[in-house]
Amino acid sequence: MIPFTYARAGDEEDAVRLAGTAGSTYLGGGTNLVDLLRRTVERPSALVDVTGLSSSIEDSGGGLMIGAAARNTAVAEHRLVRTRYPVLSRAILAGASGQIRNMATVGGNLLQRTRCPYFYDVAGYRCNKRNPGEGCDAVGGPHRGHAILGASPACIAVHPSDMCVALAALDADVHLRGAGGSRLVPLTGLHRLPGTHPEIETVLAPGELITGVQLPAPVTGERSAYRKVRDRASYAFALVSVAALLGVQDGVVTSARLALGGVAPKPWRAYTAERSLIGGPATATAFRAAAEAELAAATPLRDNGFKVELAVRTITAVLDGLVREERA
Amino acid sequence: MSDAHDAKLVEEGAALARRPGRTTTPVPAVPENWAGVAHADPLSRGHRGYVGTPLARLDGPVKVRGRAPFAAEYGYDDLAYAALAYSTIPKGRMTGLDTAAAEASPGVVLVLTHRNAPRLNPQPGYDMSLRDPGIGFERLPVMQDDRVHWNGQPIALVLAETQEQADHAASLIHATYAAEPAVTSFAAALAAGTRPLEIFGRRIRVELGDAEQALAASAVSVDETYRTPPHHHNTIEPHAVTVAWHGDELRVHDSTQGVLHTAWTLGQILGIDPARIRVTSPFVGGGFGVKVLWQHHVLAAVASRTAGRPVRLALSREGVFRMTGGRPPAEQRVAVGADEDGRIRAIVHTGAYATTRHSPWPEPLSMASQNHYASDAFVLDTSMAYADLVQNCSMRTPGSTIGFFALESAVDELAGKLGMDPIELRLRNETATNPIGGKPFSSRHAAEAWRAGAERFGWSRRSPVPGSVRDGEWLAGMGCAMVSHHYQRRPGGAARIRLTADGRARAEVAAHEMGMGTATVQSQILADRLGLDIDRVSVGYGDSAMPGRFLAVGSSQSAGIGGALLAATRNLMDELLKLVRDGSPLAGLTLAEVGAVNGGLAALDDPSRHESYESVLARAGRAELVVEGSGEPPAEMANVSMFSFGAIFCEVRVSSVTGETRVSRILGSIDCGRVLNPRTAASQFRGGIVMGLGAALTEETVFDDRNGRIVNASLGDYHVPAHLDVPPIDLIWTDIPDPYAPAGARGIGELSSTGVAPAVANAIHNATGRRIRDLPITPEKLL
Ligand SMILES: Cc1cc2nc3c(=O)[nH]c(=O)nc-3n(C[C@H](O)[C@H](O)[C@H](O)COP(=O)(O)OP(=O)(O)OC[C@H]3O[C@@H](n4cnc5c(N)ncnc54)[C@H](O)[C@@H]3O)c2cc1C
Ligand code: SF4
Repeated sequence: MIPFTYARAGDEEDAVRLAGTAGSTYLGGGTNLVDLLRRTVERPSALVDVTGLSSSIEDSGGGLMIGAAARNTAVAEHRLVRTRYPVLSRAILAGASGQIRNMATVGGNLLQRTRCPYFYDVAGYRCNKRNPGEGCDAVGGPHRGHAILGASPACIAVHPSDMCVALAALDADVHLRGAGGSRLVPLTGLHRLPGTHPEIETVLAPGELITGVQLPAPVTGERSAYRKVRDRASYAFALVSVAALLGVQDGVVTSARLALGGVAPKPWRAYTAERSLIGGPATATAFRAAAEAELAAATPLRDNGFKVELAVRTITAVLDGLVREERA
Repeated sequence: MSDAHDAKLVEEGAALARRPGRTTTPVPAVPENWAGVAHADPLSRGHRGYVGTPLARLDGPVKVRGRAPFAAEYGYDDLAYAALAYSTIPKGRMTGLDTAAAEASPGVVLVLTHRNAPRLNPQPGYDMSLRDPGIGFERLPVMQDDRVHWNGQPIALVLAETQEQADHAASLIHATYAAEPAVTSFAAALAAGTRPLEIFGRRIRVELGDAEQALAASAVSVDETYRTPPHHHNTIEPHAVTVAWHGDELRVHDSTQGVLHTAWTLGQILGIDPARIRVTSPFVGGGFGVKVLWQHHVLAAVASRTAGRPVRLALSREGVFRMTGGRPPAEQRVAVGADEDGRIRAIVHTGAYATTRHSPWPEPLSMASQNHYASDAFVLDTSMAYADLVQNCSMRTPGSTIGFFALESAVDELAGKLGMDPIELRLRNETATNPIGGKPFSSRHAAEAWRAGAERFGWSRRSPVPGSVRDGEWLAGMGCAMVSHHYQRRPGGAARIRLTADGRARAEVAAHEMGMGTATVQSQILADRLGLDIDRVSVGYGDSAMPGRFLAVGSSQSAGIGGALLAATRNLMDELLKLVRDGSPLAGLTLAEVGAVNGGLAALDDPSRHESYESVLARAGRAELVVEGSGEPPAEMANVSMFSFGAIFCEVRVSSVTGETRVSRILGSIDCGRVLNPRTAASQFRGGIVMGLGAALTEETVFDDRNGRIVNASLGDYHVPAHLDVPPIDLIWTDIPDPYAPAGARGIGELSSTGVAPAVANAIHNATGRRIRDLPITPEKLL
């Protein structure tokens, strides 16, 4: 067996200190990490349990501060989340199962690893994320679920989170704490694209801890929606998901925040589409044009080309739905 | 027997009251040579009693209390835990197998490989002739050489003090290979050529008239290709055995569909007398065809003998995917030609599927088209393509689940071309005799099932114009398809009944309870045959030491046990009469003159002449009476064609934006003979329908064509329907006893899954105008 130590962090400082040695890893709800340990994809020498750290969900100047140890269920059910950021609540509830959401933490959800099946099959396949430089067997194998945006020849895995898609659209910031102190990074800047180093997935320094997620105050007049397209009605990862916040005045888009899941190695903020939308007419034609502009950068492979059209259609329908809702 | 008489019995049967309670009129013994005689069994003649009542499952309480022991839960003081390492190439030789790290790993007791495994006989496999009780699909030697036959073959077993230690040590085993060219995709297998499927040495090809010519001459026809992917059963309980040697006797706690067969087969492989192997399997967490002998049985027994310790080998979910196969990929051509009025003139159903060269196993696709539509001409044939993949095997309704997808999609397409309602088309081609061979059906009420189902489902509200019903972005549609499955009673059934002085009866059969309700339903039958209260009877099962040769396959168990029990009850009544003393009210009566009622026997013509079992045994000074009975050879199928029928109706909503399909409603209207227990029957139908939904929309075992390795070997990645995918399922049945089947019941386990995928595909066509001919119907196919 691969031995590891287990320690439960009393506070943030304690956590960072405990995680200071090489080979240590933070443990949240364990819904992803424990599977990875079992499959020997991850082989840490020390686990630092951070579920005892802040799990509070509190107003902060009209925005919201969510402790990294808050359970996904607690966030989804929280009154302030449901009233101020319904898109976040919906995104969380679209993911995993009730049992998993009860265990999963916010910090763990942000850093959950890809579901690329080749990444998990240690005995059977090569994977650059697991063993840097050995090759990626997903590129030539069945890869219907893999990325169409932001991928590289070294890795085509997608980031699986639903919650992060909503957080990306909401302009969330992530609080980090490391040996050198605390810092704040935007959620959209937390994950890195694979490039030639798919094993480096985030901008976190070794041992750096996620302590919380900060949401800015909601933009008045924006309506929001989360839509997840999947192979079965529940308990499946997204083929494509869309988080959208849209402000419309007199038929003109005044604000648009859009993020995609299931299509890229990170929660994908659709800046190109947003630029195309803002100031333009709130019509299905314009929405489709914006979606197509975003997806123009797509590099589909043999099996996942359908995601391009699926993403375009889903974005268009979600935005269109928001406008209809507004009218109704 | 006159038609009028038949009709009266049918009517009586259909009107069966569902009143719970024991028999109130004496039930005579079923005479000898009943098989083939209509209505020979009193339980098939409008009888009232426990049979037909919705008795709750007798095994329910132990299961909900967590008290039902499964194969991986038997403890032994000295138990050692096993884990397997699997090959990572599809074909070739192992040039090296490094076990040093595993052997040095903490807690490891034994590492078993081809280098140190004892010599074993090859797996005999299933005996199609039914002469030997062989079970298992693969015929390869188990861990006898360095050869690799598929990607995922067990290459080593590790035994350790704990499961975790075993799992870890197994992960340290490292093989190097000299790979050989392998056929690792269905396309490559097809390209290499196919050969005709033979079952028991005979081609299954059926030819009647000149179908191709009749097709060409038909006023209207369809001719299409249908593709279906491989599937895995995904029983909720993964395969597991706990084994222990006591001297040279082997005890196997198993999860199996064939206790006796497993004992026999293991005996052949290990080279020991099967009588020295006892296999028990009181609870099985789902079988569906895959809970048979696989290599893990053999490896566990060998490891246990080598290590001198009891062994548990429970496969991981991944292990189940790697070393047990499922339904193979298939490609089928179905062509149907008809007159303008819808009269079918020609059916061509041919297809090929993938199997292994070393152990070809039948998936008789074309048999789906054999027994239903009154066509003039047929060509039906199935062929095999060899691939180096995990062994394919039987999966709920072999051949038919995907065969019906092709046939019933094509019939729907034909209805569209004819501009005819698809139900009307089917009714126009109803037949009272089997179109192949011409035998009359024993009892066929398919038309009633179609009409009753259509009425209940609200079929008349279906728009005949595809794509015409819209609710926002959602397109709605209705579809239907036939379900059918043959009746089967396998030879070799036998039962023992023990009647004790307290007036209780216990039957024992080496049969299986996999959650279907077998023990419950057979208790109902036994109570009725013996005129006993239900709490005075019990049925023992799941033990190779019990009588009879049963396999829980092919929806054959109810009939098989039924045939054995009716013989055993006859023998019991006969033996009881021999014990009757002067002075008994039964004195002088013959077997033909008595029936069972009120906890004893009574004269049929004067039920007041009655003596209880307690009294008969007490007078004779007997503590118990034990009899056995064997099922007669299944002659009931000799002169009649015995099939269950029915129809599936479903309503779907398809997103015009994303292509996602949601099934909103589903109805099964079933004609399966007598429904022995509406509750357990409904559960079987529902389960079959849910599996059918999976095949229709979400399920596919994804093989990597480069190396034949399964990519989605987990329940997270292989999508069985989740609760939200399963709509309300409504069920109705004709409940008309089959005059030729024991208790009038034809068997139901595999029936309902046959028509679900085509009903869904047909509904999707009605909703969207898109005809999808390859499963599963995932969103991208509807974009
Ligand atoms: C069957 C299944 C289905 C699922 N379906 C979905 C789905 O549809 N949509 C979806 O979004 N998700 C889904 N999930 C994933 C689930 O959301 C994640 O497993 C979960 O969010 C991870 O949270 P956790 O607290 O359990 O993390 P853990 O498993 O404990 O940790 C995950 C990673 O985060 C790191 N980590 C944890 N906390 C911190 C911290 N505070 N600071 C720094 N690093 C930290 C750990 O070191 C580890 O690398 C599914 C999971 C499973 C098992
Ligand atoms: S896609 Fe990425 S995670 Fe998957 S096998 Fe390739 S490198 Fe590994």
